[in-house]
Amino acid sequence: MFGRVLALVIKEFLAILRDGKSRMVLVGPPLIQLLVFGYAASFDLNHVPFAVYDQDRSIASRDLVADFAGSRAFQQVATLHSPRQIQSLIDSRTVEMVLDIDPRFSRDLLTHQPAPVQVIVDGRNSNTALLILGYANTIIADASTTWATEHGGAAPPAQLDPRALFNPDLDSHWFIIPGIVALLTQVVTLLVVGLSVAREREAGTFDQILVTPMRPLDILLGKSIPGLIIGMVEATVSIIASVYWFDVPLRGGLLELYTGLLLFTVAVTGIGLMISSIAATQQQALLGAFLFMVPSIILSGFATPIANMPPLVQDLTWINPMRFALVVIRRCFLEQPSFRSLSGQYIAMAILAVLSLTAAAWLFRKRSV
Amino acid sequence: MSGALMRLRGLIRKETLQILRDPSSIAIAFVLPAMLLLLFGYGVSLDARHVALGIVVEQPSAAAASLTAQFQQSPYFAPRDFTSVAAAQTALANEQIDGFVWLRSNFARQLHAGRDPNIGVFVDGINANNARIIENYVQQSWSDWIAAEATAAGTPEITPIAVQPRIWFNPAVSSRDYLVPGLIAVIMTLTGALLTALVIAREWERGTMEALMVTKVSMHEILASKVIPYFILGMGGMVVSVLIAVFLFDVPLQGSILVLTLAASLFMLAALGMGLLISTVAKNQFVAGQIAIITTFLPAFILSGFIFDIASMPAPIQWVTHIVAARYFVAILQTLFLAGTVWSVLLPNLFALLVMAVVFLGAARLAAHKRLD
Amino acid sequence: MTAATEPATPSPATAAPATALVIAGITRHFHIGKRDIVALDGVSATTTPGLVTGLIGPDGAGKTTLMRLIAGLLRADSGSISVFGTDVRADPLAVQGMISYMPQRFGLYEDLTVAENLDLYADLQGVAPATRAARYAELMQMTGLASFTTRLAGKLSGGMKQKLGLACTLIRPPRLLLLDEPTVGVDPVSRRELWSIVDHLVRSAHMTVLLSTAYLDEAERCDSVLLLHEGKMIGAGPPGDFTRAMAGRSFQARSARLSKRALQAALVPLQGVTDAVIQGEAVRLVMDAGVTPDFAAQAKLSDAAITPVTPRFEDRFVDLLRAKAGTTASAKPVATALPPRARPENAASQVIEVDHLIKRFGEFRAVDDISFAVKRGEIFGLLGANGAGKSTTFRMLCGLLPASSGRLQVDGFDLRTAAPTARGRLGYMAQKFSLYGDLSVMQNLNFFSAAYGLTGARRTARTAWALDEFELAPLRDATSRDLPLGFKQRMALACALMHEPDILFLDEPTSGVDPLMRREFWQRINTLADAGVTILVTTHFMDEAEYCDRLVIMARGRILAAGTSEQLKQSCRDAAHPDPTMEDAFIALIEADDAKSNPRAEAA
Repeated sequence: MFGRVLALVIKEFLAILRDGKSRMVLVGPPLIQLLVFGYAASFDLNHVPFAVYDQDRSIASRDLVADFAGSRAFQQVATLHSPRQIQSLIDSRTVEMVLDIDPRFSRDLLTHQPAPVQVIVDGRNSNTALLILGYANTIIADASTTWATEHGGAAPPAQLDPRALFNPDLDSHWFIIPGIVALLTQVVTLLVVGLSVAREREAGTFDQILVTPMRPLDILLGKSIPGLIIGMVEATVSIIASVYWFDVPLRGGLLELYTGLLLFTVAVTGIGLMISSIAATQQQALLGAFLFMVPSIILSGFATPIANMPPLVQDLTWINPMRFALVVIRRCFLEQPSFRSLSGQYIAMAILAVLSLTAAAWLFRKRSV
Repeated sequence: MSGALMRLRGLIRKETLQILRDPSSIAIAFVLPAMLLLLFGYGVSLDARHVALGIVVEQPSAAAASLTAQFQQSPYFAPRDFTSVAAAQTALANEQIDGFVWLRSNFARQLHAGRDPNIGVFVDGINANNARIIENYVQQSWSDWIAAEATAAGTPEITPIAVQPRIWFNPAVSSRDYLVPGLIAVIMTLTGALLTALVIAREWERGTMEALMVTKVSMHEILASKVIPYFILGMGGMVVSVLIAVFLFDVPLQGSILVLTLAASLFMLAALGMGLLISTVAKNQFVAGQIAIITTFLPAFILSGFIFDIASMPAPIQWVTHIVAARYFVAILQTLFLAGTVWSVLLPNLFALLVMAVVFLGAARLAAHKRLD
Repeated sequence: MTAATEPATPSPATAAPATALVIAGITRHFHIGKRDIVALDGVSATTTPGLVTGLIGPDGAGKTTLMRLIAGLLRADSGSISVFGTDVRADPLAVQGMISYMPQRFGLYEDLTVAENLDLYADLQGVAPATRAARYAELMQMTGLASFTTRLAGKLSGGMKQKLGLACTLIRPPRLLLLDEPTVGVDPVSRRELWSIVDHLVRSAHMTVLLSTAYLDEAERCDSVLLLHEGKMIGAGPPGDFTRAMAGRSFQARSARLSKRALQAALVPLQGVTDAVIQGEAVRLVMDAGVTPDFAAQAKLSDAAITPVTPRFEDRFVDLLRAKAGTTASAKPVATALPPRARPENAASQVIEVDHLIKRFGEFRAVDDISFAVKRGEIFGLLGANGAGKSTTFRMLCGLLPASSGRLQVDGFDLRTAAPTARGRLGYMAQKFSLYGDLSVMQNLNFFSAAYGLTGARRTARTAWALDEFELAPLRDATSRDLPLGFKQRMALACALMHEPDILFLDEPTSGVDPLMRREFWQRINTLADAGVTILVTTHFMDEAEYCDRLVIMARGRILAAGTSEQLKQSCRDAAHPDPTMEDAFIALIEADDAKSNPRAEAA
């Protein structure tokens, strides 16, 4: 039995590695996703274009503008002279923010009245709008404190000093890139396993295998082990790229990380086998993989927090192995989680793995011998 | 009827019948868009609401109670009380809370003495974006509380600079309002490029393209017969998406429907051009599907400004976004839905779409030969 | 100059060209990866207007490439093609206005109905709407599709699809009709109907037809033949010329003492024998030019009765191939494929037993109460058209499908329920020689030997045997997808024999393979049968049926007739068919069955 499974595994690897199309599936999408997500997908703000409508034109107002212009997040692209220009610049998306400094700004500052500054933000992209507002608030609050201490005013009684644990600079690459590890592992494993039986059905070799003395279990194992190995290799490559290319710290233990990855890959393999046993052609398998992949990524917490979803949708995420894998991988990267603290995620993935493999085995028997 | 017109009519009728009878066309044109719209409409939200925030009160006091109440009133928080910082840390590590505010035992005393009460705010930085939003909310609640306390005490505290935020177009900053219009671009990419690439690849695979080519039909006619029905299908998909956006998700449509139609038409033509181009390169459905997903679907998702801010991307990636047709369409959609008919945004983007439509359709025509080699 | 407004109308200068098609020195290469394949190598030919010209050759000979070059779908590396005086390269659109082309899979839209397919091609060919109704009626009557106009093309049987494909290309009668393997994969009845349509067309409309086929027996129905082999034109002319060249060289040999296989085996190695193949109970013999079949010197053959028979096209083809390769029938004696093995006690018993077997798919009975039995060492054939139920039966025997009712046993087991190890007695060679195309020859052999549980020394020995026996050693590292068809077939057989099975299942084992490779293959199978291996063949090729000891003919899930090929042929001997072929027998049986199940059709 071991010899037969081994022969199947070797054959599967050879078939994947010697075929140009399959190689493309292994190399193309992962590489592109790594680059695109690694570089483009980020919630951090850089060089947000803004304009200044300084009606006060005092030293104080110029200092405030300088604080903004000096920040990495903002880049001043225009200086306005009439309120009507604000409308046109925001409408045309030339700027995403306008700093409108009231004519009474320096007078109010000196007379200890609240000196008004309007921050006008383009709300067409609400996420960016909120972030811009947050950055602007921070800069203005700092300016406020500085002014107060320099001019002997009463400093606010307490200053909040938020500290972000695990990711002190709140670099969103540290959030997205470990997510890519899970994403790529899922995409590649699903495609390798999902297409493998369909490919044999199309080529007519599946019947050929079924008439040999191999048992369904042998075939099932022979089909899943290569996906498992390739998924783990893909995960390792993307972990190495995350650490050495994108400089994301890897603080947790490899044991905890790889336990999670292995359980995740097994669960995904089970799902891939389910797709494989239903699909008659590679075309259908590809569509099936796509139909599973899109919701599973969206509902995994990869880009947006699960907590923000409506309760019903949140319940749906419990059957998504990627949801648990993301937690394990992100925590292993940025924290130093103990094995025990991750056990909940491990158990969830193990249950999903058992369920999906059992379903796959059942479907497989139903469709074949 | 002239020969060319008759041939075109025949081809278009054939294409239409095929669309109507093929379940996979219907799946890609209607089921996938509906699934995406519902997933995004209901499933994806970047707005933090009911953030699980721990509040550690080491020694109860009136001030601590009033601050806790301030957090409880905020729609952004679902606070949970802790009596020791260790318990809060454990909860944070187990992802039961996203962050916590630590009021030390001397909080009330320090506050009354006018000294810094040394409040600790800790956020789980793993989700950086979420963390930043939570920080802002905490900051906001804190400032509000300080101001309220000072007013109550009759000594209104004055922050030297008062920020007056104005969020235009989307005052409620609802992410659904900007995600749903952007999603329409992604959906139309699916019908336009992916479906078109697949159906032409299918003709190659089944050998029907070979039979078509050995008639007097010209390449123009073959291409036109693909563009016209799928254009109508894509526009149909767009109408459905807009209706869902406006009536199911209550996204306002401020701008002109006419301009929306024009922009969608130009974008559809560009997407169809891409689809045709892909199918001339890849003559089987498997490869065509892969290329279409990588060159059209993913960029429409990631590089169009639909979720991620283009201005914040590294320069080379920003440059790449200029060849993504969805980028221009997303800009038009977000403006038309949330801001209105703003010609200064629309004109350059419409022009860019026109250029892309001409380039892609032209390239598809040049690449398509009436030969197999 | 008043001409040239309508390119399809010949100008006076070319009104009656002596040639329809002029192919001059066409060479065409294909690059697949790093490999360079010569599909056509300096091919030249001409065809005569108003005649049916057959482009004949085995798979991979370059037929489709040539068709596509004529249709303007491909460009030649060198050489030129002109159709009625118009150069294809210079003006492909004008040529496409004169021709109709039916590609291999008929070019039908399967999700369109029969009528919609016709409408589409009528629009594309610019048939005036006013004339359509009459033309459709004529075509539908000719093809017998009149009552199926609202059916989806994908739901038609293979034969009906092929006729619809033909109707679509004939919507507007072309000057030149190109048919690429129109008869592949359809049963003899449909094949005969197609030929009658083609004959009718040419006579009535003076159409010129170029038809490609891998069936050598179709050559004799053509007015003229172009014989293509490995990209080279190896013969051209009326089919009569080919057979005339063989006059006095074709014979039939029978022996009372020797079995047909022993007789063939004795004849093949003899000097002067070009070809010896089993045909029913006799052996068909082709002698080298000028050699008389006198085997008095051979003690074994002393009682062999040699009678002259009419030469057939295949005789000439084999002769040409042998002359080209410089070999004779005996050049490569096929070694005994299997070492002598210990026969089980019940050597004469039934190895395969099928008893009242039924397979239902919903209401439809794909296999409807069939029974037969196969003895050890017998070559047994399941013959039938596509959809006759032979594949379903075959799959049930292999354990790939469960039976709905009835009993079936292979070597004492029902493979559906028996332990997987029971399948170790079975060898299986699928249609189209399904192997792992991306793997090398050696990797395929290794995989299948492991799949059948061979280990250690036995595995090494068997792999070495396969490489040697099938002459695959020089190709051991070649990617199997790139192998020529004949080698793919050898490899498929090698893989099926790795574990020395007692029973061998073959699904259309020699379809499209060139005649020499086919002979070699059947020689191996004969040797295996003599060594006691039981062989079950499913096929719709009449040629393959000739090799079977016994066979059953299936239609609509039922067995129409059973017996030796000789018995089946004799059963339909009548005045019209004094010497019936297997195909005649098949058609007679099917028609009798059709008449029984649909008496009105016969009356009409």
